[in-house]
Amino acid sequence: MSILVFVEQRDGAVRSVSREALGEASRLAGALGGPVVGVCAAAADPGLAGLGEAGAAEILLASHPAFRFYEPRGYVQAVVAAVERVGPQAVIFAASSMGRDLAPRVAARLGVGLAADCTGLSVESGRLTATRPVYAGKAAQRVGFRRAPAMVSLRPKVFAPLAGTNGQAATVTPLPIAYDEAAPKARVREVKAATAGKPDLTEADIIVSGGRGLKGPENFHLVEALATALGGTVGASRAVVDAGWRPHADQVGQTGKTVSPKLYVAVAISGAIQHLAGMSSSRCIVAINKDPDAPIFKVADFGLVGDAFEVVPAFTEAVKKLNAQG
Amino acid sequence: MLQVVCIKQVADTETRVRVGPDGKSLDPTGVTWILNPYDEFALEQALRIKEKLGAGEVVVMSLGGTQVPTTIRSALAMGADRAIHLKTEIAQPDPLVVSQALAAELEPIAPQIVWFGKQAVDDDQAQVGPMVAELLGLPCVSVVASMELEGSRAIVEREIEGGREVVEVELPAVLAADKGLNEPRYASLKGIMAAKKKPIEEKSVVLGEPGLELLSMALPAARSAGRIVGSGIEGVPELVRVLREEAKVI
Repeated sequence: MSILVFVEQRDGAVRSVSREALGEASRLAGALGGPVVGVCAAAADPGLAGLGEAGAAEILLASHPAFRFYEPRGYVQAVVAAVERVGPQAVIFAASSMGRDLAPRVAARLGVGLAADCTGLSVESGRLTATRPVYAGKAAQRVGFRRAPAMVSLRPKVFAPLAGTNGQAATVTPLPIAYDEAAPKARVREVKAATAGKPDLTEADIIVSGGRGLKGPENFHLVEALATALGGTVGASRAVVDAGWRPHADQVGQTGKTVSPKLYVAVAISGAIQHLAGMSSSRCIVAINKDPDAPIFKVADFGLVGDAFEVVPAFTEAVKKLNAQG
Repeated sequence: MLQVVCIKQVADTETRVRVGPDGKSLDPTGVTWILNPYDEFALEQALRIKEKLGAGEVVVMSLGGTQVPTTIRSALAMGADRAIHLKTEIAQPDPLVVSQALAAELEPIAPQIVWFGKQAVDDDQAQVGPMVAELLGLPCVSVVASMELEGSRAIVEREIEGGREVVEVELPAVLAADKGLNEPRYASLKGIMAAKKKPIEEKSVVLGEPGLELLSMALPAARSAGRIVGSGIEGVPELVRVLREEAKVI
């Protein structure tokens, strides 16, 4: 028995969400049976041997120049070939934009069930059970799998990578696939970076979100400055996105992104139920709002009642001072 | 051009979720049922394409029980030409069997574009679009943030972490719409009246063997309200202190 993990690379580097997936696979390997085998599709080896420390015994590498970008048809072939080769009990993906596109295709090809965007996995009498939020986190369901392999994708930032320093290298084995080079029907022409160097909301450790209380898009620089000082990413409430102040990619909540950062700072956000659903699983929540009765305070660990226009710049300065002290 | 928009009836996003007596599903008491918000963006885009081309047909397809036609009517009121209702009384069928049933219906009618919302806001699985594409052997772009038709292909932008992929996709294809793709129209009174006369074809479907087994649903442990550390600028030093010393997050 074994566990297969899809290892995601972008721009020639393994993405951190795949280390999280390998870490969880390693923790399950005891109860479910190991070893942990990875499968990667790439134009060139993105340093896969180094994933030994992340928990992989072996990585199967399907390489082709077309795999520089996400190429669903070829990537599906690679994962399916790996499943046929190792006969895993479970296949684990990251619930990243790539994983959420790829995993359903593989599941459809194999005719098995997929639990997407899981926040917990457990093994009960030898069978894998997954916990996954539904209704954007207003509830969570537990699901089992009727056929092998069980397929899951894991929500980013929820599962910890192994803190390995054993120096063990993973074996990297070429995975031959019959990739048809004839022009694929869908082809990534380019990748446009939004804000270079800033992590996406779903993968950020720290998020500072702004709401309607900021009165206008011209005041979002306050939130941006605080986010920069904290080393975080900017988010927004639905009201702000619907008003056109911020792009939809910034929206946190039920019709936006569901996030689980280490620290979530809600600035001038009252806390509508659909927003709370998207951020309640954050480890630490700070609310800054001038209305002491705002619902956001009911979920916040720490609240500061005050005018964002005064409090946020002072908070930003205090954080900068702290950073300067190291 | 034939476009099919696959839609799902879901609980309104303002719904306060309670677990039903079976311990596995939403308690439907007092729930308002709506067209899945992401499906509205898909439908709107399909309608805009038809209007631009000045020809073609937009068909909505939905799988579900006897309550689904109310949502189908609202899609027809937005401007879809006709509808196909795949009837099943199975509650919460898993994405695999839904995809198999949709793919079986779609294959013979061969639409140029099969539209989905990027996910349904109830189970949040985001699986059915890519699964249907795989079963039909069609290319697929999920999370479509913008889309332009160029002859027999589409240029679409797909939201990814920290940016967008620009994808060229040949039709026929499956596309799954994200919020921001467009601004969905409201149904006009005329549209609502016209929708009453538009045909809804009912077909009973037999679903396959599910891949998942739903064991239970529970509400998350309520987050207890924390404490107010202060008010105004005077509260800032205390906020910084608790974040550093107690929460250890900065």
